[in-house]
Amino acid sequence: MSKLSLIIRREYLAKVRNKSFVIMTILSPVLLVGMIVLIAFLTKVNDSEKRVIGLLNEGPYFSTDFNPTDSYSYLHFNDISLEAAKDSTRSMGFYGLLYIPEAANVETTLMNTVFYTEDAPLAAVIDNLEDIFQYRLQQFKLTSIGISAEEFAEIDDRFDMQTATFDGDQNLKGINEIKALIGGGFGYLIMMFIIIYGGFVMRSVIEEKTSRIIEVIISSVRPFQLMLGKIIGTSLAGITQFIIWIISAAILLVVVMLFFGIDVTALNQSASAMPAGLPGSEVPAAVDTLQLYAEELYRFPWLMLIFFFIIYFILGYLIYSSIYAAIGAAVDNETDTQQFIFPIILPLMLAIYVGFFSVFGNPHGPIAVGFSLFPLTSPIVMLMRLPSGIGAGGVPVWQLIASIALLIITFIGIVWLAAKIYRVGILMYGKKPTYKELWKWLKY
Amino acid sequence: MDHILVADKLTKNFGDHQALNHVSIQMPRGSIYGVLGPNGAGKTTLLRIINQITAPDQGQVFFDGQPLKPQHVTQIGYLPEERGLYKSMKVGEQTMYLAQLKGLSKTEAKTRLKYWFERFDIGDWWGRKVQELSKGMAQKIQFIVTILHEPKLLIFDEPFSGFDPINANLIKDEILALKEKGTSIIFSTHRMETVEELCEYIALLNEAEIILDGKLSDIKKAYKNNKFEVGIHVTEGEGIVTEIQDVFSISSIHFNEIDGQLNFDIQLPDSDTRSFLNYLSEKGTINNFVERIPSTSDIFIQTVQNKLGHV
Repeated sequence: MSKLSLIIRREYLAKVRNKSFVIMTILSPVLLVGMIVLIAFLTKVNDSEKRVIGLLNEGPYFSTDFNPTDSYSYLHFNDISLEAAKDSTRSMGFYGLLYIPEAANVETTLMNTVFYTEDAPLAAVIDNLEDIFQYRLQQFKLTSIGISAEEFAEIDDRFDMQTATFDGDQNLKGINEIKALIGGGFGYLIMMFIIIYGGFVMRSVIEEKTSRIIEVIISSVRPFQLMLGKIIGTSLAGITQFIIWIISAAILLVVVMLFFGIDVTALNQSASAMPAGLPGSEVPAAVDTLQLYAEELYRFPWLMLIFFFIIYFILGYLIYSSIYAAIGAAVDNETDTQQFIFPIILPLMLAIYVGFFSVFGNPHGPIAVGFSLFPLTSPIVMLMRLPSGIGAGGVPVWQLIASIALLIITFIGIVWLAAKIYRVGILMYGKKPTYKELWKWLKY
Repeated sequence: MDHILVADKLTKNFGDHQALNHVSIQMPRGSIYGVLGPNGAGKTTLLRIINQITAPDQGQVFFDGQPLKPQHVTQIGYLPEERGLYKSMKVGEQTMYLAQLKGLSKTEAKTRLKYWFERFDIGDWWGRKVQELSKGMAQKIQFIVTILHEPKLLIFDEPFSGFDPINANLIKDEILALKEKGTSIIFSTHRMETVEELCEYIALLNEAEIILDGKLSDIKKAYKNNKFEVGIHVTEGEGIVTEIQDVFSISSIHFNEIDGQLNFDIQLPDSDTRSFLNYLSEKGTINNFVERIPSTSDIFIQTVQNKLGHV
């Protein structure tokens, strides 16, 4: 076996056999599913609380509007004074008392209507009451100007703009955002991978320094071989972990769904049932639209995206993890790494934020182009732009080539610099390095 | 002479700091060579250049007659001063890994490791993690890993620091056994007295330069200063001391006299001891007469002082 593959093998096994790695790998999907279940459960518990509201209606209006729902029920007081109603509301522990006085017309009635509660009421409760009043008020007004409810329903219509490309393909609203979101997901994956496994590489280098084995090793292999083997071995362990996560999360989700009796086919039905709430004539159109979205996503350039994901992932990860390795070599312990880590995380965060705020809105604007060319952000930003395709209407071919070329040049440069710092740093003990010191090392 | 290792005018700078300045050594095959000098003299840098861990700014190293090449690492065994093992790795796996990095095949590594584990009586450590071992135990492992690939040249940087006396002797014996088999060995240390008895050749390094090198016996001969340690049984000591000062024209003698036993050190004007011994034997019974050969550290200090004197 060649030395490099020996190193890769050792690094991989050291990582995979590590107890905390094993625990993280097993526990993460369980935790994730557990969280989802917990959130769902808590939401359900929260919603199930029913509020009782006392109602003292002295006037003729709104007498039929307050009917019990899942969340609210109303207790109607009759022929008692406001004070008596307040007292009994409080003594019975109701949420509040809604007082609608008698007045000459609807407007004055509403102006004098008050909702009494112990403490300031929840916004959701107020909204609910306001909606009821507003709906009734609207009906009154419509009647007073002589428009029937049916006529109004006819007026109050929704309009969805249809869009199409010059070639005549129908465009779907929001499809670009959905596509960019998928690209963004890939970009986000790269960022997370760099931060997590770059950190692993760094800690592994520090461990070799503190255990003092480093000089023994590099009397047998070149420092660059050791660094490369470490980076590759650690990332293979990371990829193993990701695969385990994806598979086990999928299995767990299915198990949980079966356990809670959630019918997977019912999900599909409810999804298609949603547009049915719209007036009858629009139902076929809505299903059609959904079908179009599905088709559009089916036609989504998955292969192209995954191909470039792999390219950007490998180059981006190698650049960043070699910087992490150099940092690990420069310091004696993890606490000294902070000052160096921040400048690494910065472009990554910038790429994600710029991506979500600027690239989504305008995937081919100057900011998007700039950041997708700049090598430290391009792996993330370019993946957000790529879902719109390559060539006409998408990312121009020259930009893609330039971006990858710049990335490769940067990759060679950074790895060369990092290897230099690494080579010197691994033999330095007891010094807390500064940037000035690192600059000097480059010239050793 | 046949040299296993020749360093030719090695120079290495770290920024403004000069670690080596035109350092040359010639190491005869099969010898034990001591690279001696105080901390910071440049010893470790020299060893790292020989191990191809760092490259010299100028100069060249020849190993076995050839310019030093990457594949030579399999013929060199290096036990650095900063040495350690992967803490959470099992002893067996770890030694297998390090042996394979030195170019041994899997089966070869296993057979040899078994042999050495038996020899050091540590066979039952194979499945244990390094963090469970004591420091002395870990050092045995490090030693085995250093010599396992049967290198032509073994390099030990501060070999006996951190070893307890029993382990140090065990290691020393193994090293001497390897020398018998023809292995060339470099010792590097600032504690010169620890390797003096072992080294045939030495190079003294001070402030990045070699100030003295060659065969240790030749150096000692050259630095001999006719100092002798004398013990003699006499009746009246003080009178003899004054007499010796007169006869051999020596300025002063430190002496002590216990129960008629007179002990003193003397520096004779030349290496002719015969007349002095004749004189002494007439005065009483000589029971101790030893030449005071200067120790390596004496020689080192003297050389450094001479150099300073010349400047």
